[in-house]
Amino acid sequence: MPSTTDQTLQNWESQEYKWGFVTDIETDSAPPGLNEDIVRLISAKKGEPDWLCEWRLKAYRHWLTMTEPTWPNVHYPPIDYQAIVYYAAPKKLPKLKSLDELDPKLRETYDRLGIPLEEQRLLAGVAVDAVFDSVSVATTFQAKLAELGIIFCSFSEAVREHPDLVRKYLGTVVPYADNFFAALNSAVFTDGSFVYIPKGVRCPMELSTYFRINARATGQFERTLIVADEGASVSYLEGCTAPMRDENQLHAAVVELVALDDARIKYSTIQNWYPGDAEGRGGIYNFVTKRGKCLGRRAHISWTQVETGSAITWKYPSCILLGDDSVGEFYSVALTKGRQQADTGTKMLHIGRNTRSTIVSKGISAGHGQNTYRGQVRINRGAAHARNFTQCDSLLIGDRCGAHTFPYIEVHNHTARMEHEATTTKIGEDQLFYCNQRGLSREDAVNMIVNGFCKEVFRELPMEFAVEAQKLLEISLEGSVG
Amino acid sequence: MEPILEIRDLHAEVDGHPILRGIDLTIRPGEVHSIMGPNGSGKSTLAQVLAGRDTYTVTHGTVRYRGQDLLEMAPEERACEGLFLAFQYPVEIPGVNTSYFLKAALNAVRKHRGQPELDAVEFLELVRQKSRSVQLDERLLNRAVNEGFSGGEKKRNEVFQMAVLEPHLAILDETDSGLDIDALRVVADGVNRLRGPQRSFLVVTHYQRLLDYIVPDFVHVLVGGRIVRSGDRTLALELEQKGYGWLEAAPAAAAR
Repeated sequence: MPSTTDQTLQNWESQEYKWGFVTDIETDSAPPGLNEDIVRLISAKKGEPDWLCEWRLKAYRHWLTMTEPTWPNVHYPPIDYQAIVYYAAPKKLPKLKSLDELDPKLRETYDRLGIPLEEQRLLAGVAVDAVFDSVSVATTFQAKLAELGIIFCSFSEAVREHPDLVRKYLGTVVPYADNFFAALNSAVFTDGSFVYIPKGVRCPMELSTYFRINARATGQFERTLIVADEGASVSYLEGCTAPMRDENQLHAAVVELVALDDARIKYSTIQNWYPGDAEGRGGIYNFVTKRGKCLGRRAHISWTQVETGSAITWKYPSCILLGDDSVGEFYSVALTKGRQQADTGTKMLHIGRNTRSTIVSKGISAGHGQNTYRGQVRINRGAAHARNFTQCDSLLIGDRCGAHTFPYIEVHNHTARMEHEATTTKIGEDQLFYCNQRGLSREDAVNMIVNGFCKEVFRELPMEFAVEAQKLLEISLEGSVG
Repeated sequence: MEPILEIRDLHAEVDGHPILRGIDLTIRPGEVHSIMGPNGSGKSTLAQVLAGRDTYTVTHGTVRYRGQDLLEMAPEERACEGLFLAFQYPVEIPGVNTSYFLKAALNAVRKHRGQPELDAVEFLELVRQKSRSVQLDERLLNRAVNEGFSGGEKKRNEVFQMAVLEPHLAILDETDSGLDIDALRVVADGVNRLRGPQRSFLVVTHYQRLLDYIVPDFVHVLVGGRIVRSGDRTLALELEQKGYGWLEAAPAAAAR
């Protein structure tokens, strides 16, 4: 009699990503490959000022001197950087007349995730009609935010409209020489988002809905910069539980956050990019550099991420705690199944006095999934009375997956207080049978255990997304149990 | 009266080793049966097979449960149809809140029965009442399922879940093991409170002691995977005096 665990695993293997790529789209693109002319072309196409073009070129020249990192615990064939197309004009997506034309499976997924109809239309590329006009909604948002002096626009627009702000902060958290992929991004980034919250202003809405409306326009080299001035606060949500299709395999984004005195930035990510086929072919490589700087005293930066997609995830949303009494937080759920690999975690760099950081990482591995937590906590000499709490938990489903933990703790000040907790657990047949015996199906039981495992992280998400994230995990786990 | 459970010539094995070698047993509504026997006689296997644990393979025989073929039903289906197993070793489920777990279980069962799901307020009321009846500390309900529970708390939690789920047939697998006399009494009281004309019990135990508190209508002695003797509660007392040795040699007696 085959054990149920084997069946479970086989089901994991055989479960396919339910959403294929969009093909046959008009493109207006540069030839493949990267050189200084391509960098200049990108800058020119976007009508950028000279200083930015120069900055890109410096990044490009530095990138040429760098080599791709090999230390992450992930494996993939070499990337041919000369085969990538670095500039393509925004594409026209195939328009559908109504949601009825949409793949019913995709529609069902949207419904189950609880995505409002208006957003479904936008995500699916349905022609906008009188019922819902995205332009007017966006304009309403903009007007409301503008009243408060909040700037929220595409990166390109920010370069045109607010060049001083962009110039003041761009590259101050992630310098172009920071790492291989950040350098590449700095040279060729196409667009992204820019947010500025003025002194003392609390952004009255989650910067999410608007972003999701614009999510389709973002490219593979995305650049985001968020600045919260003194006493300002903002909550920002990137990504979407809805499945994301993209024909670009390599994604190398950079996100920079700057928080001045008493400012607060909460940055939440839900990532559900295409993970590749059963053998891991064709999935997205998500190589992202995300970092926040608590520049001012009592500044507070909080990262929350739910990572379920991509073939390879390589990201460490980090905090530089420069200001005295500043706080950094990192809450993460990373799910790997099939042939997915994730090497993710954070860096907390304590420089100011009385700085505090919290790390809660939840890794879930199933199938042949490989999940690595890599975290660095560094207490500098001047960081008196710094505190860190780290909790790092792994959950295994089946016996062909892996969980790995690489914590790096460096303490240079003896007044620091450090706590590190780590657990590894496996969903056992005993647990599943116990749940079955109480009337719960295997699927419900796995969902319940996984949700229980993740709840400390979900609690940190804005409420509506916490609900979506929970459903996303359920859908991702679907078919995983026999 | 129609039997609630009817086991005929049941054989089961694990990894090719026969454990149950022809069990016959009939349980009618309202009856309390006790299965006793030495270690390794197959008592727990019988309980697990009835609940649908797939590590055991049924090689022969039939089991009818409330007019249905039990062996054809998935474990969760059996549970929804009112078959409850109080585990000998209740498993810990870290991260899953006990009351959340029980609410999901109760609503799964209610849904199966075509009853409306309970909302949070109704559920809380029910849980308060039932937890008092087994003297379960309400604070345990806010902890993860069985996590960090003492042995006695785990067993009490099993009886508490049974009280909430109100099964037709409750199988107690050595619920008395590891309990001190006070805990034993609380567990037994919880069971006795649930006794009724429509509810039957199969109490698996190694010791007679539990049967002082849960008085069975019938006692069966399992030896080597067969029921070798059946009787009333005096049989249990006899076993206490003589041990199991005298029966291990005895020929199999027909069960009721």
